[in-house]
Amino acid sequence: MNALFAVIRREITLARRIGAGAELGIVFFLILISVVPFAIGADQKLIGRIAPAILWLAALLATLLGLDRLLQADEEDGIVDHLLLGDTPLMLVLAAKALAHWLVTGLPLSLVAPLLGLMLAIEPGAMLPLTISLLIGTPALTLIGLVGASLTVSLKRGGLLLSVLVLPLSIPTLIFGATVVKEAAAGRAYETPLMLLAGVSLIMLVIAPLAAAGALRFARN
Amino acid sequence: METATKPSLWLRLANPAAFNTLANRLLWPLIIATVAAFAYGLYGAFMTSPADYQQGETVRIMYIHVPAAWLALFVYAGMSVSALGTLVFRHPMADVAQKAAAPLGAGFTLICLITGSFWGKPMWGTWWEWDARLTSVLILFLIYLGIIALWRAIDEPQRGARAVAILTLVGAVNLPIIKFSVDWWYTLHQPASVFRMGGPSIHKSMLTPLFAMGLAYLFLYLVLLILRMKTELMTRRLERLQIVAADKLAKSTGA
Repeated sequence: MNALFAVIRREITLARRIGAGAELGIVFFLILISVVPFAIGADQKLIGRIAPAILWLAALLATLLGLDRLLQADEEDGIVDHLLLGDTPLMLVLAAKALAHWLVTGLPLSLVAPLLGLMLAIEPGAMLPLTISLLIGTPALTLIGLVGASLTVSLKRGGLLLSVLVLPLSIPTLIFGATVVKEAAAGRAYETPLMLLAGVSLIMLVIAPLAAAGALRFARN
Repeated sequence: METATKPSLWLRLANPAAFNTLANRLLWPLIIATVAAFAYGLYGAFMTSPADYQQGETVRIMYIHVPAAWLALFVYAGMSVSALGTLVFRHPMADVAQKAAAPLGAGFTLICLITGSFWGKPMWGTWWEWDARLTSVLILFLIYLGIIALWRAIDEPQRGARAVAILTLVGAVNLPIIKFSVDWWYTLHQPASVFRMGGPSIHKSMLTPLFAMGLAYLFLYLVLLILRMKTELMTRRLERLQIVAADKLAKSTGA
């Protein structure tokens, strides 16, 4: 247990020291949101209608972009070898790393999302569902990304490949997450997509650390 | 104990030479079966089967389109079994089969998408409709492309095989979830008028050529799979021989 806390603490410290902490993720999120009106036009009504989609797409991209370094730095300086030899199950260590990654990307994004939702003219009633859906859904994105990161860990330019591998698998999360916000904005019940979203996150919590640990282990052999 | 001395077929196939023998024995019967099934199926599809009372002659696209969709899923299922063979049983032929199958599966998926688009033009009035089934097949195609891209990115076959096997299995677990989510998404955003197929009530005169075409596709897949596996084995052997030759050359020149 102590080892896992140490992993989480280390990841967060590292992220902050190399300037990739929560702030940068939020800035990236903000930039993505600001670019949209330039592409679409300053039509407040249209932006308000597609705001749920924009926010969820931005969350997806913001989560994805930090992922290729999730394991690569540890692979380069040999920490992955130590983790493989250590007593703590690799699966749990990887789950802890994913949790740390989520704490510096998914969590802050979910918390500032209502503020950005305000800028995108989203319905007031959809603010809380937006935060809740991001809180429940972004862990799934991080976990799917963990699998992708462990598969591409040894590749020099794995970033693009990582996106190609990860994006198709994150479609259910995107569908359910964006639907929660859309239904809430239209004043309809949104419990069903929220539960399905939670289901996706839970399934990923089971599969992803297992698959990622397998990928890292088999990569040596 | 006779059984202990004679290894099972499964084990004997781990030897590339044994695999080649069996492959050569199967190849010609399979080619003949493919040609025969295509001849029967295409004749039925374009000559004897009736035109649909609603869709007219365009219904014949079905005989090309639907078997491709079957094969797209069947190949992925086969790749998942191969992935288990690679990870659990460490069968040396499993990753050869998987590597050979991936582009074939992507090909069948692409045929399904393109013919679906041709069928969509007269039926829906557009080349592409964000219909639940077409969209799911598109995502399946993207997953196939991801698998092929990962194969090409990792140059060491052993390591690549295991990475791809894990990706294939993660995809296999996710495919039902994706399929469900896309269906669910579609019912939520369903456009007003949608063309629907007759469901299971297809008449026998259409069903027989359809199954014949399904068999033809399956035989064609097996033929191509065997050919690609043989090629992959030869490529690997060639690489090993080149290394040996380079080694000899280095020794003889005293380097």
